[in-house]
Formats: sequence, C-alpha cells, structure tokens
Amino acid sequence: MSDQQFGPQQRAGVIHDIGYRNYDGPRLGRFSIWQALVVSSLRHAYGLGRSGKSKVMPILLLAVMVVPVAIIVGIETALKFDKPPLTPVQYISFLQAVIALYLASQAPQLFSCDLRYRSIVLYLARPLRRTDYALAKLTALVFALMILIGLPLVILYAGALLAKFDFTDMSKEFLSGIVAALLLSILLAAIGGLISAATPRRGFAVAAIIAVLIVSFTAVVTTTAILNPEAGDPGTSARYANLGSPFTLVEVLQSFILRGGGAWKPTTSQGLVFAGVYVLLVAVCVWGVNARYAKVARG
Amino acid sequence: MPVIATASLSKRYPRVTALDELTVEVGSGVTGLVGANGAGKSTLLKILLGLIAPTAGSAIVLGHDVVTGGEAVRALVGYMPEHDCLPPDVSATEFAVHLAQMSGLPATAARERAADVLRHVGLDEARYRPMGGYSTGMKQRVKLAQALVHDPKLVLLDEPTNGLDPAGRDEMLTLVRRIGTEFGIPVLITSHLLGELEHVCDHIVILDGGRLLRSESKAALTGETGVLAVEVRDLSGRDRLAAALERAGARARPDGPLILVEITGEETFDLVRDAVADLGLGLVRIEPHRHRLEEVFSV
Repeated sequence: MSDQQFGPQQRAGVIHDIGYRNYDGPRLGRFSIWQALVVSSLRHAYGLGRSGKSKVMPILLLAVMVVPVAIIVGIETALKFDKPPLTPVQYISFLQAVIALYLASQAPQLFSCDLRYRSIVLYLARPLRRTDYALAKLTALVFALMILIGLPLVILYAGALLAKFDFTDMSKEFLSGIVAALLLSILLAAIGGLISAATPRRGFAVAAIIAVLIVSFTAVVTTTAILNPEAGDPGTSARYANLGSPFTLVEVLQSFILRGGGAWKPTTSQGLVFAGVYVLLVAVCVWGVNARYAKVARG
Repeated sequence: MPVIATASLSKRYPRVTALDELTVEVGSGVTGLVGANGAGKSTLLKILLGLIAPTAGSAIVLGHDVVTGGEAVRALVGYMPEHDCLPPDVSATEFAVHLAQMSGLPATAARERAADVLRHVGLDEARYRPMGGYSTGMKQRVKLAQALVHDPKLVLLDEPTNGLDPAGRDEMLTLVRRIGTEFGIPVLITSHLLGELEHVCDHIVILDGGRLLRSESKAALTGETGVLAVEVRDLSGRDRLAAALERAGARARPDGPLILVEITGEETFDLVRDAVADLGLGLVRIEPHRHRLEEVFSV
C-alpha cells in the first residue's frame, strides 16, 4: 500500500499520508500492564504527568515532611547533641496531620477520578481484570505514602550517622521507623482507597478521609486521657483504646513487632490483638474496594 | 471464520430480558447494530467484551469464548463507549499513550502508536492540550483513537455519532468507513438511527427488544426493487403523468412527490421518457427506486 502512496500520481499532492500502519511488535502480559499502571498512578500521586495545578498539593506536603528533618539534621550536627532530639517513630506521630492531608488529597485523585469521569470503563475493556486494577491503585498509593513518610526518615538516619550517634542504636530506630511507615502506608492506603472508591465525588472523599482520620485520632487521645489520667504506663483498657485510630494502632503494632520504639511495650496477647485488628482492617478495606469495582464493572 | 458468532445468547435480569436467544454472525467490513434504546445493543457489546456473563448461550469473538477467554478478547478488541469517559486534566496524547500501555504495548511503541492514531482521527494541533477544553467532536475523536491505539483486530463502537452536529456526524462516519476498508479492521457500530448507518455499513443487524429482527447485507436491505421512481415539476403534472402511464399500459402509482413505475423491461424507460415529453413536463429525476432501511421496521 505504501508503494502506491509514493507513486507518480501521489507525488504531486502536498500531503503525504503514509496510511494506516499495523502494529506487529510485542504485546505484554497482565503483570507488565499492572506494573505500568502502578508506575503511572504513582507518578500521578505526585502530580507528574498531570496539570501544574495538581503538582502543588503533593509537592508542598512532601516539602512540609522533609524540611523539618533537614533543619533537625542541620542543628544536631552543628551543635553536637549527645543523642538525637527525635526518634523516627516520634516524627511520624508528630506529622500525622500532614500524612492525613496527603492521603485525603491524593487517594481521591487515584480512585474517584476514574469513576467520576468514567474512564474506568476504558480500563475494564482492556486485558487487566478489575482486581488487578484495584490492587494496582492500592499499591501505587502505598508506594506514594512510603515516599512521603520514608524520605524524611532516610534523611533523619543519614543525619544521625553524620552526627556520629551510635550506629547500632540509630539503625535500630531507623528500622522501627521504616516498619512503622510501611504498616501505616498499607493501612492508610486501604482505608483511603475504600473511601475514595466508594464515591465518584472527589470533595466528598477528601472530607470523609479527613473526618475518619481526625475523628478517630481525637477519640483515641481523649479516651486514653480519660482512662489514664496520670501519665505513665497506661492501663489495659487505655492500651486497647489505641485500636481506634490507624496511627496509634500502627504505632503499637510496630513496637510489638520490633520490641521497642513506641511509648510502651504491649504484652504478647495485646500485640496479637493489635496485629489481628490490623490484618482484618486491611483485608476488609481491600475486599471493599474490589467489591466496589465489581459493581462498577456490571453497571 | 466470522469475527463474532453468538449462539442462543441470552441475558436476563430479574425484571427484564435484555437479550433473548440471539444467534448472529458478524464478518469483516463494517457491521451496523441497530435498535431502539433498550433493544439490547449495549448489553451485547458488554457480553462480547467479557464484562458481563450471559445467562445462557455462548459468544465467540476472534476465536475466543467470551466467558473463558475474556482477557484474550479484550487484548484484541478496541471499545469506544457511548458516554463521556475522558479525564479533563490530561492531554489526548498522554491519555492515548497510557491506554496503549494498558493494552500491553511497551512504552516506546505506545508513544508511536498514539501519535499515529491521533493523526488518523484528525486531532493534530490540539492533542497536547488538556481534554477538558475539547469540543464534543474532538472528544469523540479521542475516544475513537483510544479504541484504535493498540491496533485491535476488531473495534466495537457504541453510538460514535452521539451528540455530534451534522458535519461532525458525516466526518465520524467517514472515519468509521475508513477503519473498515482502508485500515482493514472489522467494525461493529451501534446506532439507533438506521439512516445514518445506511452509507457506511456492509451488513446490518437489527435488534428489537433483545431479539434479532434482521441480519442481512446492506445490499439486500436497500437493494433495487424493480421499480422506477420518477419526479416531475409540479403535483398536477404528477397526476397527469400517472394517468398517461396508466393509459399506455404501465403500472404506476403516485408516492409523495414521486411516481413509482413498475419496470417490465427496457421499454418502460422509453415509455416514461416519451410520456413526459408528450405532456411537456419538467423532469426532475428518474432513478431506480431503492428500499430505505427505515422500511425494515415497518414490515
């Protein structure tokens, strides 16, 4: 066909239409497609490949997470402290509002938008199954949160090594921080994903995520304060109150898994309860997201 | 081998029967799927994509059973949904590249194909702008481009002319015709307007209330009828001509502004010519009368 196009009759024409070309190259399988979706969703979670406006919020929040640690590192190296002013786990707990804001701004971006603009149909008409789609979005959100929480921890760790604090202690604390960050990222992604997938309205999802995270945390803090008026090692009921919010749940679970790093050490049975609730929550949320897309696919 | 073959395909919902014992075959070229709203067109497309399971019967698309081989079918089929499905803050290029990757094309091939296909649908200058600012015509072109971007072996187009003005409609139908002929990709196009499919389809399938009403080549549906249509200047001339033809022994009847004359042989043409000349009437046209697709519904 292309031979004809450049024949003597066509040469006089101004526009050279080379005609439709078929694609004979490789077609990748489901896993490669899944990977591509994770990568593009992760980029989108930081506004890459989207309009300038959508980069503002994630980059700003990442800066808010990173700048304070940069300052801490600067101070601790300059003033030669005896021990670091802040552990990684404490840092996560201090900046949980920023993490919650990031989740509230980006989870709806990843989940609600495809539902609202109905581009989900175009994904479902392609080889990926709806479960693959849901898991790819959740994985991308976990990675995005890991970058948000993990990056400052890495800087904190590097700073601690530069300030020549004890290597073993610092590595142990860094490890606790990373484990806490991973546990938190998975749980928050699951909760944020479920809320965002439930509604095509982005604003509603943003408000619901903030409400769930803030209300639950406030409730835990208040309950703990009531059950445990004097500071110190909390009683059993005050300990279980920590189940009520993702942040406190993860903090306790982390100190159970690594035997340290948190404010208090849970007993084995308490730790197992926290682990059980954690797994159950994540499983229910992931199942919910998947069930939601099953409904979308039918509709 | 037919591109699509269904056998006693049924889809029943608790209250409605969307498809009822549908047995139909679709081959290469452009096939029109016509029916009123609710006739089962969209349900059929969803079953063919393997997105919903039929209640009974089977469907084979490109050699794959849609129930067991949905993934393989979706890798080879391009689907253009009826409704809007484009996110507003992404450019057409990025969107097409992304969806090409979602169909399994490697990144570089995806970029090449996206540029190629967007040019074919006539979206040159605007393709780097966010799609939120596109006109309906441009959006339809992007939707068509994403269905072609992975070089499918079959495209399913659900009401591609929806919402377009007459000029846009003609352009879209020309494009559909080119896909079926020049690109060599079999097309199944749905519409609730028979008339607009008349010019682009090789074959027409007509659904009515989930049942197959007709499945025939367009030539059979719009073929010559052995009747000559004659139009003359004014209505009194029409009546005089009809009377004159009757006197001369031809079977003629008025039909709107036309006179339909049964063709009995070569002499019928001479007879009409002479009668018009004798009466001194202004002849507007004289042509073989064809069936119009609309008549299919009235039989």
